[in-house]
Amino acid sequence: MSDMIAEVDVLVIGGGTAGPMAAVKAKEKSPALKVMLLEKANVKRSGAISMGMDGLNNAVIPGHATPEQYVKEITVANDGIVNQKTVMAYAQESFNMINQLDRWGVKFEKDETGDYAVKKVHHIGTYVLPMPEGHHMKKVLYRQLKKARVEITNRYMATRLLLDRNGAIAGAMVLDTREGTFGVIRAKSVVLCTGAAGRLGLPSSGYLFGTYENPTNAGDGYALAYHAGAELSGIECYQINPLIKDYNGPSCAYVTGPFGGYTANAKGERFIECDYWSGQMMMEFYKELEGGNGPVFLKMDHLAEETISTIENILHTNERPSRGRFHEGRHLNYRHGMVEMHISEIGLCSGHSASGVWVDEHAATTVPGLYAAGDLACVPHNYMLGAFVYGQFAGESAADYALSHELPAVDVAQVEPERKRVLGPLSNAEGLPPNQVEYKLRRFVNDYLQPPKVTRKMEIGLDRFAEIGADLPYMSATNPHELMRAMEVHFIRDCAEMAARASLYRTESRWGLYHYRVEHPEKDDANWFCHVQLKKNDVGEMSCFKRPIDPYIVPLDEEEKDAYNRLRIVKQAATA
Amino acid sequence: MPMTMNRVSVPVTVNAEKCIADKGCTVCVESCPLDLLAIDMAKGTAYMKYDECWYCLPCEKDCPTEAIRVDIPYLLR
Ligand SMILES: Cc1cc2nc3c(=O)[nH]c(=O)nc-3n(C[C@H](O)[C@H](O)[C@H](O)COP(=O)(O)OP(=O)(O)OC[C@H]3O[C@@H](n4cnc5c(N)ncnc54)[C@H](O)[C@@H]3O)c2cc1C
Ligand code: SF4
Ligand code: SF4
Repeated sequence: MSDMIAEVDVLVIGGGTAGPMAAVKAKEKSPALKVMLLEKANVKRSGAISMGMDGLNNAVIPGHATPEQYVKEITVANDGIVNQKTVMAYAQESFNMINQLDRWGVKFEKDETGDYAVKKVHHIGTYVLPMPEGHHMKKVLYRQLKKARVEITNRYMATRLLLDRNGAIAGAMVLDTREGTFGVIRAKSVVLCTGAAGRLGLPSSGYLFGTYENPTNAGDGYALAYHAGAELSGIECYQINPLIKDYNGPSCAYVTGPFGGYTANAKGERFIECDYWSGQMMMEFYKELEGGNGPVFLKMDHLAEETISTIENILHTNERPSRGRFHEGRHLNYRHGMVEMHISEIGLCSGHSASGVWVDEHAATTVPGLYAAGDLACVPHNYMLGAFVYGQFAGESAADYALSHELPAVDVAQVEPERKRVLGPLSNAEGLPPNQVEYKLRRFVNDYLQPPKVTRKMEIGLDRFAEIGADLPYMSATNPHELMRAMEVHFIRDCAEMAARASLYRTESRWGLYHYRVEHPEKDDANWFCHVQLKKNDVGEMSCFKRPIDPYIVPLDEEEKDAYNRLRIVKQAATA
Repeated sequence: MPMTMNRVSVPVTVNAEKCIADKGCTVCVESCPLDLLAIDMAKGTAYMKYDECWYCLPCEKDCPTEAIRVDIPYLLR
């Protein structure tokens, strides 16, 4: 059977949030370029924002915040380990992007004078811009895709990137998830926008798809970049979120906080100063959950009726609109009870923490012609607006690269083994079902990788992941859908191994709960004030190494450095 | 390798009276980000083929006849 072959200038993989922006911006840069947006689902309803979003978590708006302040906040929130240049590039474009989205028809909350109504949620500055009517994000993006004449290819997944003989990008190999056929897309440049590694840990409900992240995002881009030889960074800085127990979605303190809701312990008392998600905050959350004052709740029952109905209207129509249904089933009404909270499974996501493909301030990875944006690109705490801004950078950079390069030849030596790997499960009538392999793999992720991180456990985890690696060729798929799941299991396994190796390499504790190593409980700036990079080395092994942190462009004073280490509320001693 | 089939309850219910898949509608099938829905040609209605749901609701919101109801999957309900 011959493969489907397409030829484009710029190939954008993943059409959720960053991807559509990248594709539109590549086209705007140079309308003559052939730009394809390849999406595993359907761009009309794909990605983290499939049902919209209830706010911008990191808006840098003049009059409320400056780029310098924002860079400081994220440097401190991410415990010093940031390439400030990348965060600064985001912060400087943040306001332009908000205005552009506003022009495109995204509705942000504004005050009586028409100014953006920004709220304070972070520890130091003010960056949260609510979008109470943010459910139409995908429609707005779709309109722009059509207008820019981007070629949309839905229901295809990339399985590996293609390289030329010098190690520069040459395209991607793909699976048609509806037909179960294999294909090659030749491209001069590629933008990866495949989102987080959201199906890494197993949610405590045991339901494979009840994850925090949109479960279409299995860590595909992390594995694609890794196998193409790109550097990844901060993989040991996991994503762990405080979520509604069992429902496993955000509650969400960013929405309720500005209205007076807060995170409380079983006694209904506040125990953290600030609800902004960071590893340090999650550590306090974890201690409270496990300690005598647990479990932890989101408290709103003290708020006025009017306020509560406003909150309900936002939380139950937007982002994760089935929240209301869940509470109904549990007979919970915000007016009379608190929402029971829990800790999510682990994931990799630079949108929330810092794990990702290493990029510079132009969204370039270390592989020539390969760009990355969104949750999978290492720009700490980048969230949705960061996905848009880096989507723009990536689209423009990829267009420039395509304009100055020829289409590389296809290397058959890469295509043949990949076709075999991808289509293999269709001819294993008697093999392992992918969902069973995935369940076991992700249970091991919980058993061996979830913090507190224990050295011996992570080593055992690596043994188990290797054994599962040996099982992968024996998976069977009875249809194209199962074949897609089988390929995702490969990605999840790669991400599990990356998580273990990067965590073992950094022999200190940092980022609160995200990298709490029991045998190395202290932060060790003398040895570990650096990035931990992960890469496939020359002999094909997964290797870690240190990358020095570029000198800060926005220096911090000692007081500021410590801000996120003082999140726990200290009770004033009662006066006699 | 010996195999068996396990029964599972799925979170998506399609109201056969309202569903117009027999008239060619496939809206929910196209909306679902996880590609879990399919059309039963014999019955002329949509149904949930795979129990891999994110309870995200595009299928329900986009259905032109309000034929779909998504419940929270039993394991986390
Ligand atoms: C529940 C939830 C609530 C959030 N709340 C907020 C908030 O209030 N404010 C905020 O600023 N941020 C929020 N975020 C974060 C924000 O949504 C993300 O940072 C941002 O949307 C990520 O964009 P992305 O393009 O990287 O990923 P996505 O939008 O998830 O897009 C990734 C796309 O890639 C596709 N894909 C995956 N693998 C492949 C493959 N192999 N081939 C082809 N396509 C593939 C997927 O189908 C998907 O469409 C939230 C996230 C979640 C999950
Ligand atoms: S709720 Fe979401 S994942 Fe579930 S069937 Fe509907 S669209 Fe698909
Ligand atoms: S969208 Fe509604 S009417 Fe159309 S096939 Fe699905 S359930 Fe039936």
